[in-house]
Amino acid sequence: MSGNVSSQRVGVFVCRCGKDIGGVVDVPALLEYIRGIPGVVFAEEDAFACSTTGLERIEDAIRSSNLERVVVAACTPRTHEAVFQSALEKAGLNKYLVEMANIREQCSWVHREKPMEATEKAKDLVRMAVVKACLLSPWEDPEVKQNPNVLVIGGGISGMSSSLSLASLGFHVHLVEREAELGGMLRSLHKLSPTMRDSSEFLEHMVKSVGNNPNIEVHMSSKVKSVTGAIGSFDVEVESEGAEKEAFNVGRVIVAIGSDILKPQGLYGYGRDERIITQLDLEEMLKNSDISGVGTVVMIQCAGSRCDERPYCSRICCNTALKNAQILRELNRDIDVYIVYRDLQTYGIESSALELKAKKNGVKLIRYQDGKPPVVTPGGDCVAVRVFSPTINEEMEFDADIVVLSTPLVPTEGAPEISEMLRLPLDDFGFFRETHQLSPLDFATEGVYVCGTARSPKDAVESTSEGLGVGSKAAENRLGRRRGRGAAFAEINDKKCSGCGICIELCPYNAIRKDEFGVSRADASLCGGCGVCAASCPERAITMHHFTDDQLEAQILATVGRRPEK
Amino acid sequence: MNGSVLVIGGGVAGLQASLGLANQGIKVHLIEKAPYIGGVMAQLDKTFPTMNCCICILEPMMIECYRHPNIEVHTLSEVVDVEGSKGNFTVRVVQRPRHVDPSRCTRCGACINVCPATVSDVFQTGFESRKAVYIPFPQAVPYAPSIDEGACLHFEGDECRACEEACPVDAISLGEREGVSTLNASSIIVATGLQQYDPTEMGEYGYNRYENVITSLEFERLVSPYGPTGGDLERPSDGKLAKRVAFVQCVGSRSHREGVPYCSGICCMYTAKEAVTVKEKHPDSEIYVFYIDVKAFGRDYQDLVNRARDELGVEYIRGKPGEIRENPLTQDLYVLYENTDTGEIGRKEVDLAVLSTAVLSRFENVSLAEALGVELDEFGFFRVEDPFLSPLETMREGIYVCGCSHGPRDISDSVTEASAVALKAVGDMRTAAGGSGG
Repeated sequence: MSGNVSSQRVGVFVCRCGKDIGGVVDVPALLEYIRGIPGVVFAEEDAFACSTTGLERIEDAIRSSNLERVVVAACTPRTHEAVFQSALEKAGLNKYLVEMANIREQCSWVHREKPMEATEKAKDLVRMAVVKACLLSPWEDPEVKQNPNVLVIGGGISGMSSSLSLASLGFHVHLVEREAELGGMLRSLHKLSPTMRDSSEFLEHMVKSVGNNPNIEVHMSSKVKSVTGAIGSFDVEVESEGAEKEAFNVGRVIVAIGSDILKPQGLYGYGRDERIITQLDLEEMLKNSDISGVGTVVMIQCAGSRCDERPYCSRICCNTALKNAQILRELNRDIDVYIVYRDLQTYGIESSALELKAKKNGVKLIRYQDGKPPVVTPGGDCVAVRVFSPTINEEMEFDADIVVLSTPLVPTEGAPEISEMLRLPLDDFGFFRETHQLSPLDFATEGVYVCGTARSPKDAVESTSEGLGVGSKAAENRLGRRRGRGAAFAEINDKKCSGCGICIELCPYNAIRKDEFGVSRADASLCGGCGVCAASCPERAITMHHFTDDQLEAQILATVGRRPEK
Repeated sequence: MNGSVLVIGGGVAGLQASLGLANQGIKVHLIEKAPYIGGVMAQLDKTFPTMNCCICILEPMMIECYRHPNIEVHTLSEVVDVEGSKGNFTVRVVQRPRHVDPSRCTRCGACINVCPATVSDVFQTGFESRKAVYIPFPQAVPYAPSIDEGACLHFEGDECRACEEACPVDAISLGEREGVSTLNASSIIVATGLQQYDPTEMGEYGYNRYENVITSLEFERLVSPYGPTGGDLERPSDGKLAKRVAFVQCVGSRSHREGVPYCSGICCMYTAKEAVTVKEKHPDSEIYVFYIDVKAFGRDYQDLVNRARDELGVEYIRGKPGEIRENPLTQDLYVLYENTDTGEIGRKEVDLAVLSTAVLSRFENVSLAEALGVELDEFGFFRVEDPFLSPLETMREGIYVCGCSHGPRDISDSVTEASAVALKAVGDMRTAAGGSGG
């Protein structure tokens, strides 16, 4: 074991992060302390260690002081580890030989009012990082074979958009659609804002392009049964109606399974009176020009959204209502259209223009207050809608021929199954969640991407862009090297493993299997590095690289002021 | 693959597009008008709805771009002419002189110390001053000073050469001239970003008349830990900690009198974020948000608004204030409004008023559109040919738009579009090369 702490030449770089760390933590005192830690041969501060000059200083110090390990006392490795790793690489040191001590989030931010204690805690964190750094091992990211084929699940707008773009780059795409036709929700829509062109025009164009593209293999009326493997090589099983199961291998997976529109049973009398419908039903009526006898239409916004059960705004409903209201007015000037809304979610240029145009066309917008939703009374000659308007401080009443409920998009039924199959987390409502809002195209499982309304409500144009966006991500980094997971992965000592199988049950990445001798084997390319297996192994047969027992033990002992005894 | 792609604009959208291309092995020329990359996002404090530090997310991207072997960053540069067509554009780029050679500069700061010319610091939205030779912020990329010719005495006809003489490594050359280069690109991505509406013309709010009436971008600098106050919300008139703050929405947007008729789409959310920022730091502050509609249409957006309003006690008042008045003795402000929910006419006394100003197109779009041979819409944003059949494509084949160059949108949507156009640009390159196979 390389437990001899002082055998490594460690350089420590303390970042002031402007005043963010430096305004709380006593940096000179911290540095003085660090210089006394065994193994530390170099310690400096920087106003911003991550700036280009900061990185150059680190590179210079590695070269001039022959540093073997680097500790950066700064912010979180989540945003900045890769930046410092690049500095090590540039200076010719293996990039996994850097350890970060988070003295911003864990010291200066949370202990702003107690600078003395924050400084003491920073000393502890740096001491722990130094002992761990000494025990780090270099690691080379393995080359991974990359299958250039892509699986796209879902043949709606976003799925077709990413399939087409990837196919145009020469990738072979397996497009799996559960229905007998491509198009998804687009098939149910009448016209699309902002151009007000028929959705069928757009749909036909897309479907034709997909059909004509030799690089796209469409699996119609089909369902993905299983996906196993990891980035670069996923084994896929697809089941088709009346056909044999198909199996193929792909390097990337794109999930574009769309969403459903809420059927608001019981809400505002929906289900009790056929004159109370959803916007989707209205689209169908408009498609068939089936609006004879309609004189008054009342649309109710936020029907089932921005409420306790579904607190989110569904983004598209206000635009849908404005679009359909305008179409109704254009079809027949005698139709009165009232949109009863809370906060009008028009945004950007096109949608703001739609709002103005609808108003000019005589569509009436009536606001209702939170907690005072309209009251719908079905069953009469007309459907009565009463709403209190705060604008004029009066209750208004309408005799509607139809009441259109603007209901939100909700996750589709198949989402939980896909979520489990591909290890993709869902949000509180059941939509797929990205790793971080600001990297909207990166997801928990490497090589797997989600686009369109499966992620969150969005319109057709936005879905198209997102389909292209994930296509771009799927096309990136096809040159080999596995990224992201870094040096943390599980390795199982087959001589110690008793074959109890606890690790197999617990592994969230399905990375562990039993071999022919009945002992567990971990596949490093699948391992997510979470460490659950190592922590629960009764035989301590599992080594979590980059977080080894030795490293953690040394850190723990460092916090209580002792050194590991060897 | 041979050839390269030109990305115009070094804000978050341009950076994302460049990285997307470079990571597919494609050479990128990133053209930035300013001496530094980062764009507007570099000036912002936190992101919404996740409340992350903006620069902490942006800076790794700036550094990755600047150090990426496939990306060549051209600062102080502007595209003046484009010839050719998709697959084979010839682009003329004018590069204004930096007067400081970043490869020689040791960042010793001697030039900045001796420079006698002081001007208002645009990066800090005028809350601080800087020298004519300057680095706008500590994380700036490239991290080397540049000389602002508009502020430098030498370029006003003075004999001053103080910086040149002070530089110990001869990195400064006041004689450096503008350069013109010709670049080849198979496609062009436009990511010029946004600018904010100047609310001076809306006299009723007293911007530029009352010191304590500021814009939202100015607010971002005041709460940034890297800003002029180190993150304390000290109001401009007297440095007093502002604990009573009014946010006024739709200033210059959704308006047919001044500004623009459209909704900027981001103000409601950054205001919720800004209100939360103040409340988290000082729970006893009084915060008012004057609004028309609360627009919270993205993932977790409504949650952030609910948190501000229901958990932290930010008071949302429906109605656009008619006027802001100043108490000349205290420089406190009175916000006069009618609550359209209750009909009540009210007045709130506050320390600071923040105007959520409209997102406008960059004024350079006009000359750029001419150089590119593409159209702008009536508001100066780049026009997209057909949002469905050819999304993010301009009228001229091979020229794409992303981010706020074609209308206001938030960071998350801008970044998504940037990746999307990167894919289109790769497609063009393949078509040009006539290649096949992944």
